[in-house]
Amino acid sequence: MAELIVTPNLAGADDVYERLVAMHEGLSEAESLKVWAKLALTLANHIGDRAVIEQAIEIARPTDAAA
Amino acid sequence: MANVPGIPVYKEIGATPAPGSARDSARVVIVGAGPVGLAMALDLGRRGHEVVVLTRLDFIAHASKAICFSKRSLDILDRLGVGDPPVAKGVTWNVGKVFWGAGDEPVYQFDMLPVKNQKRPGFINIQQYYVEEYLLDGVEKLPNVEIRWGHHVDGVTPMNDGVELAVTADVGGAYTLQAEWLLACDGSRSTVREKLGLDFEGRVFEDNFLIADIRMKHEMPSERWFWFDPPFNPGRSALMHKQPDDVWRLDFQLGWDVDRHAAIRPENVEPFVKAMLGEDIAFEREWYSVYTFQCRRMARFVHGRTIFAGDSAHLVSPFGARGCNGGFADVDNLGWKLDLVLRGEAGEDLIETYNEEAIVTADENILNSTRSTDFLTPKSTASQALRDAVLELASHHAFARPFVNSGRLSTPVSYPASRLSTSDVDDWANGVAPGSPVLDAPHGQGWLLDAIGDDFVLLARGWRGEMPAGVRLVQVEGLAADRLGLGEGAAALVRPDQYVAARWKAPDPAAIEAALMRAKGGKPWPN
Repeated sequence: MAELIVTPNLAGADDVYERLVAMHEGLSEAESLKVWAKLALTLANHIGDRAVIEQAIEIARPTDAAA
Repeated sequence: MANVPGIPVYKEIGATPAPGSARDSARVVIVGAGPVGLAMALDLGRRGHEVVVLTRLDFIAHASKAICFSKRSLDILDRLGVGDPPVAKGVTWNVGKVFWGAGDEPVYQFDMLPVKNQKRPGFINIQQYYVEEYLLDGVEKLPNVEIRWGHHVDGVTPMNDGVELAVTADVGGAYTLQAEWLLACDGSRSTVREKLGLDFEGRVFEDNFLIADIRMKHEMPSERWFWFDPPFNPGRSALMHKQPDDVWRLDFQLGWDVDRHAAIRPENVEPFVKAMLGEDIAFEREWYSVYTFQCRRMARFVHGRTIFAGDSAHLVSPFGARGCNGGFADVDNLGWKLDLVLRGEAGEDLIETYNEEAIVTADENILNSTRSTDFLTPKSTASQALRDAVLELASHHAFARPFVNSGRLSTPVSYPASRLSTSDVDDWANGVAPGSPVLDAPHGQGWLLDAIGDDFVLLARGWRGEMPAGVRLVQVEGLAADRLGLGEGAAALVRPDQYVAARWKAPDPAAIEAALMRAKGGKPWPN
């Protein structure tokens, strides 16, 4: 099974962070939510592996509520 | 006059008088004469069993119910000898298109018959009452099946080796009817289920949908067209589907807070129709109704000698045509098993495998119809955003289209873990695995599924050898053998419901015999 990469793997983290913020400029919360969803769907398709996506979802929202 | 006011009549039948004796008996009693009850009666009747069908109605209702009949259901109707009339009458379709907003181009489309060269199409549309009439025609040819119209079930008492029913006939009054087996095919508000104090588990969805079946002359391909957020029903969904006799099924999502009685008044329905089809469209009302739905099932379908099939056992949303087609799958699974038990050729434990396999089917149908419903009616701002994101992306990007869910339409369900299947001992790269239905293909001058019929058969490519009693050998070649993955000398054992039970690249008679015993619920040796 493919493993989600959980060590730093992306050059230019600050640049990417800035783009993610800028992506929402001028949008209402509802529109922002939709843009986040589009991004998630696009990346999920690129990853192309349900197991990896499951691991990413587990990081985003751990099933252990204490986290 | 029909015995229940308020239900439009398709065909008057008239009440059947109560039997002469106050105590009556039948080996099999079926409650309900809808498509599932009638198909069940036809299946068991064709196998020679004595069957009594009880229905509280004394007519066939002219109501708007199931319209989409899947390829697998047509295969089952073929097996029951009544496949041709519905296909001749019905509107054949394979393609579904999904539109979004005011766009003229579909954001997604699907083909329900991706594998061509099969006898039956992916789907036909036909009014349920036609299918009931064709099934009834089949049943009426059988002297061993008796339908009692206008007979009401008042009480259900489980016994050790059967069930005792208290019945009241509209003509002739009350009597007692003893059955070895009781088959409850009496719909979502099943009397049998209620009398036994049993219930459903699962979800109820808070949404209303308006059905407007209208008659009009209209040119449109025979396809299923579905809209998200169209200009004629902003923020909601709509569906358009062709039926025979120039009848069109229009379906509009209404939302939860509506007056359901007001919604079906013509002055409230007609603006929807005109908004969809144009102000000057000429049409006649066929049937208007509002429905809401549930995705639920009983915890078990078999309760002693009482067996539930169809809507009495499980309910789904209509987006996927998994209601009536799911009921036919129950009939298909149960018919041959109950036949073997009634003949004493299998133990009662075989019926437990109906419970197991029909629940696999119901759960797959419920899962798919729940997912479709969640896509159609998002329950939170986040799921709304996700749904809208999919639709916006799908207009421009192919990768997003598989997420579009306007209903995943009914296809046959596999039982990969069925204990009736014999696990593969060979490596198979393709073909049909045990627990899945045989794929149809041209066969001789006809079709493979017709050649299988409703017996146990061994589909063999060139293999010949000693056959166990009760199994028919059918030689296959070409496309039919290729679709099964059978190379020269290979064979597959097929159940009477046309599901593969076992397969071998080089079968030997002892292995075939053992697989047959297993498929009949026996336990020959460790699998």
